[in-house]
Amino acid sequence: MELITDYIAFWQDKYDSILTYTYEHLVISFVVILLSIIVTVPLAIYMTKMKNEKIKNLIFNIANVFQTIPTVALLAIMIPLLGIGFIPSITALFLYALLPLLRNTYTGIKSIDPSIVEAAKGMGFSTFGRLFKIELPAALPYVMSGIRVTTVYIISWTTLAALIGGGGLGDLVLAGIGYNDKHMIFTGTILAIVIALILDLIFGKFEKKFSKA
Amino acid sequence: MIQLKNINKYYEDGFQALKAINLTFEEGKVNVLIGPSGCGKTTTMKLLNRLTDFTDGQILIDEKNIQEINPIELRRQMGYVIQNIGLFPHMTISENVATVPKLLKWDKQKIKEKVDALLTMVNLDPDIYRNRYPSELSGGQQQRIGVIRALAAEPSTILMDEPFSALDPISREQLQDELTRLQKEINKTIIFVTHDMDEAIKIADQIILMKDGQVVQKGSPQELLTNPANEFVKEFIGEERLGNALPPLSEFIIKDFPRISMEQRTEEAIDLMATNQLVEIPVVDGKGEYKGIVNLYQALNNKKATLAELVDDSIEAITRKVDTNFLMKKFHESKLMIFPVQSEQGKLEGIVEREDLYRFLQQFYERKSGGSVWN
Repeated sequence: MELITDYIAFWQDKYDSILTYTYEHLVISFVVILLSIIVTVPLAIYMTKMKNEKIKNLIFNIANVFQTIPTVALLAIMIPLLGIGFIPSITALFLYALLPLLRNTYTGIKSIDPSIVEAAKGMGFSTFGRLFKIELPAALPYVMSGIRVTTVYIISWTTLAALIGGGGLGDLVLAGIGYNDKHMIFTGTILAIVIALILDLIFGKFEKKFSKA
Repeated sequence: MIQLKNINKYYEDGFQALKAINLTFEEGKVNVLIGPSGCGKTTTMKLLNRLTDFTDGQILIDEKNIQEINPIELRRQMGYVIQNIGLFPHMTISENVATVPKLLKWDKQKIKEKVDALLTMVNLDPDIYRNRYPSELSGGQQQRIGVIRALAAEPSTILMDEPFSALDPISREQLQDELTRLQKEINKTIIFVTHDMDEAIKIADQIILMKDGQVVQKGSPQELLTNPANEFVKEFIGEERLGNALPPLSEFIIKDFPRISMEQRTEEAIDLMATNQLVEIPVVDGKGEYKGIVNLYQALNNKKATLAELVDDSIEAITRKVDTNFLMKKFHESKLMIFPVQSEQGKLEGIVEREDLYRFLQQFYERKSGGSVWN
């Protein structure tokens, strides 16, 4: 009983800063996701049209390399390059998000039934018309599932951004470790999980809506 | 009308996919391209909407060179149905059907009416199916949508690439029947690719049989069945089907059948019939042109009358191109024992005897039922 009243008191005391941390966390995550979508989706589309297998493999390999660097290490590398704060955090997480998004979008478009493409061609769609009216909408369920998975990752990785001064719920956890305050650690962790779950749920709904096929 | 003139196609590796193809697809006819895989039938079809190009030669659509038409425009003017249906999964049935009219920027109300009319035409209730997604339909229903989607923008030509071969046998039969029925209403020039000879015989006005990039034989199903050009055609059509077809009419024509000239006397006609044990004899004029038939009993009853008075000129002669089945119907409808066959210039070529034809039929079916005992 004491545990709960204590915890409620903690919220009453700290809810202002908890909200700020949550807000920071959401901003970092969304900027990263948005940036990676803007870069990756067109790149993946371009790659599906690309004939040169070597360049395609090269791009995948580069994305792969970023993925294999341990998260903490990648964030640490950012300090000598970009210093600390918001920008280096975003950069590191963006590099991390590349591979899952690129792979999913690429496979999504590739996995469209070739007969759909042939029918579209034979019915007189221009190359652009076909891409925007047929291929992308048909690949949307796959692209959405890529975005969904990546979003969940990013929310969780953003916690580490606090290590290089990026802010977010990671700050709460780190401070909790420093002060040996289990309330802080617990709150930071739970909020990150809850945000991830809610977004996963929302994107899941979208995905379902787009994949009536 | 679509004409292919001396079309050759080489691939980059030097392989010649099409060799001197000359074809005419007539307005409002079902043209079936058939042959073993790799024979160039699909390639030939895809030349028409420029999904593939040819190396040399010329293709004319209503006298217009196809290479002067923008491929996108060209494709919008032609219906296209493919084997794997290729409905767009993210669009409803009505959006799928409306694809080309939308590309052509038709008026919304007009599109809606067209979609409903087309759905009704293939017996799918618009109120039920309009807003469904392709995945909610059976294979046969999906391909019905595939077919009406190709019809939506009212093209005069429809290209169909093995449209029914991925369907189960029952749906396939239904769709073939439906296509035949539809074609009577819509009268399109259809280019239909298949490898199924039964399908070809069933729906084609013209069958074009191809092998190794060449046209081996073209003609009506009847022509192919009764007059296969060579061993390959025979083999491709198959013994079974060839055996089922009646021989062409020309095989029944008796050329040296007795005939009587209009100027001759009635007694001469009676004598001629008596000696040859005939009840009917064809009458010709001085130039050998067919004029009618004289009956023995009528001649005996009116010995005084001239042949010109006795001749029954209401019996119209047929030509040798007529289908044997058609003649059987003619015999069935009349009491005539003989039927005159005339050349295109009107000269009497010979006659077909009822008895002869029936004797053949009797043997034909005896042979067939004799074989079936063992099956």
